Amino acid sequence: MKEQKVTCIVCPLGCEVTVKTQDGKIVETTGQACKRGEKYAAVEVTDPRRTLTSTVRVRDGASPLVSVKSVKPIPKELLFASMKKINETRVKAPVKIGDIVVPNVAGSGVDIVATTDVA
Amino acid sequence: MKADVAVIGAGPAGLAAAIAAKENGAKRVVVLDREAYKGGILPQCIHNGFGLHIFGEELTGPEYAARYIDMADNAGVTFMMETMVLSIDEHKVITAVGKDVGITTIEAKAIVLAMGCRERSSGALMLPGDRPAGVMSAGTAQRFVNMEGYMPGKDVVILGSGDIGLIMARRMTLEGANVKMVLELMPYSGGLTRNIVQCLDDFDIPLKLSHTVVKMHGKQRLTGVTIAKVDENLNPIESTSEFVSCDTLLLSVGLIPENELAMGLNIQMDSVTGGAVVDSDMQTSMDGVFACGNALQVHDLVDFVTEEASRAGKAAAQYKKIAKLFVNTIAGSGVRYVVPQKLVRDGIDKTLFFRATKVTRGWYTIARCRGKIIASRKRVMCAPGEMENLVIKDADISGGVTVTIEETKT
Ligand SMILES: Cc1cc2nc3c(=O)[nH]c(=O)nc-3n(C[C@H](O)[C@H](O)[C@H](O)COP(=O)(O)OP(=O)(O)OC[C@H]3O[C@@H](n4cnc5c(N)ncnc54)[C@H](O)[C@@H]3O)c2cc1C
Ligand code: SF4
Repeated sequence: MKEQKVTCIVCPLGCEVTVKTQDGKIVETTGQACKRGEKYAAVEVTDPRRTLTSTVRVRDGASPLVSVKSVKPIPKELLFASMKKINETRVKAPVKIGDIVVPNVAGSGVDIVATTDVA
Repeated sequence: MKADVAVIGAGPAGLAAAIAAKENGAKRVVVLDREAYKGGILPQCIHNGFGLHIFGEELTGPEYAARYIDMADNAGVTFMMETMVLSIDEHKVITAVGKDVGITTIEAKAIVLAMGCRERSSGALMLPGDRPAGVMSAGTAQRFVNMEGYMPGKDVVILGSGDIGLIMARRMTLEGANVKMVLELMPYSGGLTRNIVQCLDDFDIPLKLSHTVVKMHGKQRLTGVTIAKVDENLNPIESTSEFVSCDTLLLSVGLIPENELAMGLNIQMDSVTGGAVVDSDMQTSMDGVFACGNALQVHDLVDFVTEEASRAGKAAAQYKKIAKLFVNTIAGSGVRYVVPQKLVRDGIDKTLFFRATKVTRGWYTIARCRGKIIASRKRVMCAPGEMENLVIKDADISGGVTVTIEETKT
């Protein structure tokens, strides 16, 4: 049996939820003040994901950087691998908001897109 | 030059005010900003979490700004960028200095103050020790990393658990820095739980509550800080002091409204918010001068900045010099301040914005008029870091309105 603690962020109360798992399956969830916390903690324990935002270097642009984001949340364990790829990437100006800057970052199946225009 | 509405600041507040002014019939709307780019502080806030209230989706700062810049351009707003406003006089004549125009004056029928806020600096903190390089505000670091592509250091300590500090803890960690800890003077964090989880817990960065920096070390470059626990009176406990080596100290210790222009005008100020005293049309004590956004009160959510600024822009477009009937709002028990400070009796329902003085769970926010409850809400939690609001009906206002946060509703 494995026990993990998760702080629920669905509402400002921030309940400390404890999730017990056996062979990857949830057997018990305690500490949440409402049902939403149970659902949130289940996802956090089985498949935690985060939206990644960063910047990518721009060649010949009006600014040296373009801000970027992952179009969907990516698995948490791929955050640093994704950052490595993002930091190796160079794009040439002009860049438009929504342009794909890194496709399928770190094999996550999620694209990194520009969040601003760079002339 | 002449303008129907002149807006100072092209951040989210200035943009929304200018758009609303246009929508409400102002012909010539001019926005002045000292920066070369529009959007105020948003272009450097590259993380997501903006616009959930207004757009129902989580945008990044630059994306949120882009939507309003497009709307302003489409509405026919005139921008004067790289133009710093130096002063405003009592006849609403603005003096500004611009890159292309030199010194220029604008005669405005109405003016909207939307200059945003600035960060409290280390000078304001009076830390003993030398002033080595490597000590800066979290917002300055944000600008270095996100706009200039330059990492200000490798081993980082952050003082203050405000949201900008938390966001920068994650950002610098992702860029390869070793963020050692975040120190918070108070026994609770000033940032959102969501940011504590996703910016600190995710990367195992400790948050030390009731801790502060008591000394900085290093001559040219910062080499470390001495930290200590504080007692209930927030005084450092000497026996708990310890040395932490670091080359960078980020300060995220609060924001103050930018209001040199308002003070130059002798507008009545609120010593608690640091912004002007306004009525429910967002008009200051000077006729035809309105205020909104972080220049009025420090906001945590940009969505509320936009809404507040839209009201200011609309009122500026419709501005006529008339005598108004006012009642005052009063911050009662458990409430630090209430904005607006004055309510105009005009038949329109009002939203009151206020902040709690302490953390409470399951208490009520209550608005009373002549001892009678006219609005209330039970809140799972109230915290000084999160702005509260209550909507009251104009018909229920028969005198001053007092807002309180109480354990029971009686
Ligand atoms: C460093 C910093 C970081 C922040 N990060 C976040 C964050 O990560 N997330 C979040 O939700 N909120 C953040 N905030 C809060 C954020 O500022 C507000 O949500 C919002 O941007 C406020 O909008 P505003 O238009 O009132 O002010 P701003 O966005 O600050 O815009 C004010 C504008 O006025 C201009 N101006 C000021 N004085 C003059 C003058 N005399 N002449 C001409 N122009 C002038 C400035 O150049 C600026 O463009 C941050 C604030 C600061 C200070
Ligand atoms: S479990 Fe329910 S009450 Fe507790 S933080 Fe999550 S959403 Fe809020």
